[in-house]
Amino acid sequence: MSVVESPTLSEETNASEALGVAAVASHDAGALVVALAGNPNAGKTSLFNALTGLRQKVANYPGVTVERKEGEWSLASDLPPARLIDLPGLYSLEAASADERIARDVLTAPEQVGDTRPDVVVAAVDATNLERNLYLVTQLLETGRPLVVALTMFDLAERERIEIDTARLGRSLGVEVVPVVATKRRGLEDLARAVLRAAGAEAPGTRWPLSDEAEAELDALARADSGVRSAALADLYSEELPEDADRRAAVEAARERLARANPDWWQEPLRARYDWIGRVAAESVRHSRARGRSATDRIDSLLTHKILGPVILLVVMALVFQTIFSWASVPMDLIDGGFGALGEAVRGAMPAGLLTDLLVDGVIAGVGGVLVFLPQILLLFFFISLLEDSGYMARAAFMMDRLMRGVGLHGKAFMPLLSSFACAIPGIMATRTIENPKDRLATILIAPFMSCSARLPVYTLMIAAFFSDRKAFGFISVGALIILAMYLLGLAVAICVAWILKHTILKAPAPPLVLELPPYRVPNPLNIAQQMRSRSWLFVKRAGTVILSISILLWALVTFPQSDATQDDPQARAYVSQATRETGVESRGEPAPGVEPASPEASTKEGEQIRQSYAGRLGRVIEPFIEPLGFDWKMGVGLIASFAARETLVSTLSIVYNVGKDSDAESPSLIDAVREARRPDGRPAWTPLVAVSMMVFFVLACQCMSTVAIVRRETNSWRWPLFMVAYMLVLAYGASFVTYQGGRLLGFE
Amino acid sequence: MTYFTTSHVGRNDLMTTKSPNVSKVSTAAQATTLDRLAAGVEARVVAVEGTDAVARRLMEMGVVPGAPVSVVKAAPLGDPLEVRVRRSYHLALRRAEAQTILVVTSEE
Repeated sequence: MSVVESPTLSEETNASEALGVAAVASHDAGALVVALAGNPNAGKTSLFNALTGLRQKVANYPGVTVERKEGEWSLASDLPPARLIDLPGLYSLEAASADERIARDVLTAPEQVGDTRPDVVVAAVDATNLERNLYLVTQLLETGRPLVVALTMFDLAERERIEIDTARLGRSLGVEVVPVVATKRRGLEDLARAVLRAAGAEAPGTRWPLSDEAEAELDALARADSGVRSAALADLYSEELPEDADRRAAVEAARERLARANPDWWQEPLRARYDWIGRVAAESVRHSRARGRSATDRIDSLLTHKILGPVILLVVMALVFQTIFSWASVPMDLIDGGFGALGEAVRGAMPAGLLTDLLVDGVIAGVGGVLVFLPQILLLFFFISLLEDSGYMARAAFMMDRLMRGVGLHGKAFMPLLSSFACAIPGIMATRTIENPKDRLATILIAPFMSCSARLPVYTLMIAAFFSDRKAFGFISVGALIILAMYLLGLAVAICVAWILKHTILKAPAPPLVLELPPYRVPNPLNIAQQMRSRSWLFVKRAGTVILSISILLWALVTFPQSDATQDDPQARAYVSQATRETGVESRGEPAPGVEPASPEASTKEGEQIRQSYAGRLGRVIEPFIEPLGFDWKMGVGLIASFAARETLVSTLSIVYNVGKDSDAESPSLIDAVREARRPDGRPAWTPLVAVSMMVFFVLACQCMSTVAIVRRETNSWRWPLFMVAYMLVLAYGASFVTYQGGRLLGFE
Repeated sequence: MTYFTTSHVGRNDLMTTKSPNVSKVSTAAQATTLDRLAAGVEARVVAVEGTDAVARRLMEMGVVPGAPVSVVKAAPLGDPLEVRVRRSYHLALRRAEAQTILVVTSEE
């Protein structure tokens, strides 16, 4: 085997510089299209952000959840800015994951993913990890697209005394190699000039010959088809077979012949590429300092230490959890209060009527209900980007993998599930780091079982009403034990469901773990800001529309048909409205500013309204079905309303029990009302057993329209969110049934 | 071999004496699988067994015959392993995957 080198770059490229720019100018009136490819952790995101600034758009490729990022890159002052497409991070064009398939398609068959064929490909290559990064470059060279190599983290390589002869490396590769330091904006102009030159130049013909047998098969396959070697190479060696039947037969026959001679025939191009890379690297790279223990090794001796490692992980996670769980409540209360005040201002300024109600209780409350999640999402993604960018996230997955594998999940599922204890929405959004679609889906489907903060008001009310003074063994609060039991119940069911899912509809071999542990690096603030911005925008845009629509629908359900009482009484109307507003915005138990406490008559009227509204009627329709769980129709109304958001149960119960909508989970009047509520036959409606049954239902049911909306958005179909709501409802019903009926058999009331 | 610095050798010796696998790693060239390699001992890949996607992915990541590899440490729960590949980067692999990688320890 010999290396066939392409012509050197020196004079030819300089001469073609003018030609290159001319070719660009004549290319079309529009912009040059440049694709940015690179390994994960190769500094691709930093480079993309440095080249485009904030001029970028984030969207999804059609039909998949792979993110498509595009930005504008000013190559030269007298040219229109280029369209820079940021391809997903990938190790190979072999299409092992959805990300890699998209990246390969953009490079080889862009029309399939609705993209434009890039004029130039820029490969981000980590200078500190040259050999493995060059593997992708060899594959990019095979595609025959004009290519420029951006040697990233050049400063780190210099610090590690890795000397790279970039001119020589460029000659060996047959493309220009430009050292860059994205964070310091070094080399970016050189990179732009190199891209302009490459746009007009011939693609390099660099190649690494295979064995004679393999070359002969490639020749034959190429002749039978387009005559292009790279197409034959892809057909012969990729895991997928060509779709065309004749071609498929020819490829299969060729593979059989090769396999007879050498069982490891499929490894040949892989080994040829690495052999070639080894020689190229040996020529152009010199390590002037022998590599001993690096800074990363020293940090890891602490952070992945057998005992200290898990302890530190626990502390980090506790901090993240604490932040999402409690610190986010300050801005959330501000948003909540702000929208409440806005609603009241609008109500005061407009004439009382349905339009005002719709605007205040449907639209403003709905928008508030979307925006109230933003602090949690921003905070969680701040931490996730920080942990990811620094390299710690990979260590967390490394340490947790053994535990997560027990239920058939990937180590990377740990973080999203933990976040879901605060709120499932940012947790589900965080599953994007899991490459395998089945693992990711399984993680999404069990995330809502983690007891989120919205369930707490429900637990609090039930415990305040029935278990507040009880002590177990004389000193342990029964209430605390019950809350703990609810958290554990959610966790246990999640583990069982994950196990079942991974052995049935999401059956797949245990996901292999081939996870890079990148060197620790100082996080790039621009990357973090960009990540927070794009994630929150995606949430507002996609989930927001669904949440807003459901919020308006729920408003209509409790508002129509109008009772005589409310039609005549604007004050009562205001109270009814107030109740529905809680559907979107978490009730924090404080009256919205500007609302007087409810008078008894008004409370009765709003109770009357909700009882005969569509929601109230629905409550009576479902009563026979929820009776076996111990629930009456009034609780049914609460359940229906709580499918928008769990905490709504509290405000809805306040309305149906006529104690005023501003009661919170700890308000004495609501607690008394719950204790004294009677069924038609005079028995108490609520008993401790009913309360437990209700809590069990809330642990397991997917009562959160925002979760449904985000699952719809993350899985790109209604199939999985609907499946999730259905199976969780079945589980919740079953568990409540067993709790209530089992409790009665054991003699509880 | 030139890439062993004195500090490396010193560390290797320390790790091998601590390892339960010490009997399997002698100073002579010896074939074993990556999961049985003592921490800190450098070996060369002989073959990646299996023809599935995992073997392919491992080779794409640079774990090809001839490449130097060493085990850095095991995760706190004993699995996965942290493996240093081509003396340039670190990879987490489960023992099940490491078992498919045949290696030979270098003669010293």
